[in-house]
Amino acid sequence: MSASPVAVMTRGASAGRTGRARRRLTRVPAVIWLFLLIPLAVELAWVFWPAVNSFWLSLTRWNGVGAPEFIGVRNYADLVSDPIFTEALLNNVVWVIGFGGASVVLGLALAVALNRPRPGVGLYRSAIYLPMVFSLAVTGLFWRVLYQPEGAVNAFLGSVGLASLERQWLADPRTALYAVLVAAVWLQVGYIMVLYLAGLKGVDPTLEEAAAVDGASRWQRFWRVVMPQLKGVNGVVFAVTVIDSLRTFDIVWAMTRGGPYNSTQLLSTFMYQTSFTVLDLGYGSAIAVVIFLLAIGFIITYLVRASRNED
Amino acid sequence: MAATATVLARPVPVRRRRPRRWAFHAVMAPLSVLWVLPMVFVVLTAVRSFADITGNGLGALPHSFSWDGFVTVFTGGLVGQALVNSAIVTVCTVILSLLLSSWAAFALSRHRIPFRRAVLLVMLAGNLLPPQILLIPVSRIAEGLGIYDTLGALVIVQVGFGLGFYTFVLHGFMRSIPSEIFEAARVDGAGEIRTYATIVLPLCRPSLAALGALATTWVWNDLIWALTVLRTETKFPITAALLNIQGGYVSQWNVVASGAIVAALPTAIVFFAFQRHFVSGLTLGAGK
Repeated sequence: MSASPVAVMTRGASAGRTGRARRRLTRVPAVIWLFLLIPLAVELAWVFWPAVNSFWLSLTRWNGVGAPEFIGVRNYADLVSDPIFTEALLNNVVWVIGFGGASVVLGLALAVALNRPRPGVGLYRSAIYLPMVFSLAVTGLFWRVLYQPEGAVNAFLGSVGLASLERQWLADPRTALYAVLVAAVWLQVGYIMVLYLAGLKGVDPTLEEAAAVDGASRWQRFWRVVMPQLKGVNGVVFAVTVIDSLRTFDIVWAMTRGGPYNSTQLLSTFMYQTSFTVLDLGYGSAIAVVIFLLAIGFIITYLVRASRNED
Repeated sequence: MAATATVLARPVPVRRRRPRRWAFHAVMAPLSVLWVLPMVFVVLTAVRSFADITGNGLGALPHSFSWDGFVTVFTGGLVGQALVNSAIVTVCTVILSLLLSSWAAFALSRHRIPFRRAVLLVMLAGNLLPPQILLIPVSRIAEGLGIYDTLGALVIVQVGFGLGFYTFVLHGFMRSIPSEIFEAARVDGAGEIRTYATIVLPLCRPSLAALGALATTWVWNDLIWALTVLRTETKFPITAALLNIQGGYVSQWNVVASGAIVAALPTAIVFFAFQRHFVSGLTLGAGK
């Protein structure tokens, strides 16, 4: 809570004007209401109102022309028996685990390795950060170039004697999803590393020293002493990773548009295709609501953590 | 500083130090190279000639040097307008976002707004929503307002979507400004607007810089909002235009690579110019 009213109260406790002074200070001036309400109105109009609308649209059949026709929960019933939806959902599960797991493990390992200042650390950090500045669309294009049948990935495999592994990475339904995933991880690792580097700054070095004196190995010290202190960061990273995984759209759209044969279809790309290519807006809204329902638990986790930090 | 102190205090035998440092570089140097390699390869592809790529294969080392890719990208009318569009949208969105969010943060952090905390968290929650749940209604609202397929629509929707996060971060910073400063201003007779403009904003410069660097890359890199509210190709920002290049120049990889580099360059420059701000910005929302 704000410190100023408390200070005023104690200072003016004996004075008869306390009540009036307090009212004057606690009353929010009109200009401040404008300061708050203008941004709030923008967000209400462009975020919360559309979000509410999606719930309503998900209960209708609508191709964008005329009025939406209310059909109850039929869209949701259709989703359950839609094989593409099932495939997109399963791909999204693979995506959360693969994208989340790989970027967290790599990001954490790199943060630990690059935490202490020593020669070369700045250079290594920059190398890992650099992909972060590229848009997912640019990253997708970069990797599309690399993954071409004649491209660098296959050329590299051939040059190190692994020619048997060469394949058409993005055209083969068995490898396409993982090929896109590698590109996404390449981008995400830097971000996760930044979060963990910030977390490691808050780790008390004396505890680790004490454990070292007691004869704990490096591995033990990391898991028993450092990791518990990173609990807060872990929570944030977990929530951010899942939310990002459910949002993932750009990189898939730039690389494969969900193909071949829906093998890289995620909920987000399926939603986009259904809504803006097929123009089945009610069905698309239902997919969007499913994405929202999957994300909301993690959004709340993030908010709880954020509200604990604030104040 | 704490980390350096530990390193010095730890009784590490001199004998063991050297091999460990060597092992560190033996792992990190190849890994860093591996990380940078995709970018190097794309740059090499961009400066090869089309004949070289078709003749020697896309994965081969360059046998030629040519600016053809870049020349095609610019003279083909592919990116010139798109870069201008991206620049307009990015500048307007970043300035408007930071202005509006600094207002909201000032109101929420320094005044007794009822349900202050709830308002703040709800605003932040808006930024965490999956954009998919907004796409269809947002395009409809833009149509209803007659601003569909304009850069203005792209600006306003991105301002609305980003506000919650920026407000949350600035609020945290403004709370940490000692209240004595505000009391002094009040004693001097400064009104709210003057307090905001002459005290709060200057003090928030570091946070604003960090958020500005971050927001610039986010807005520049956006694809999904552009695909949602724009239809005409001449209004596309660079990300969306890039996908068109990919479709139009299917096997001309030097053109595609050049386009990708042109799109990436501005954010890369922001990154190098503001690396410190950028990196500190990333952790702003993730706790202290």
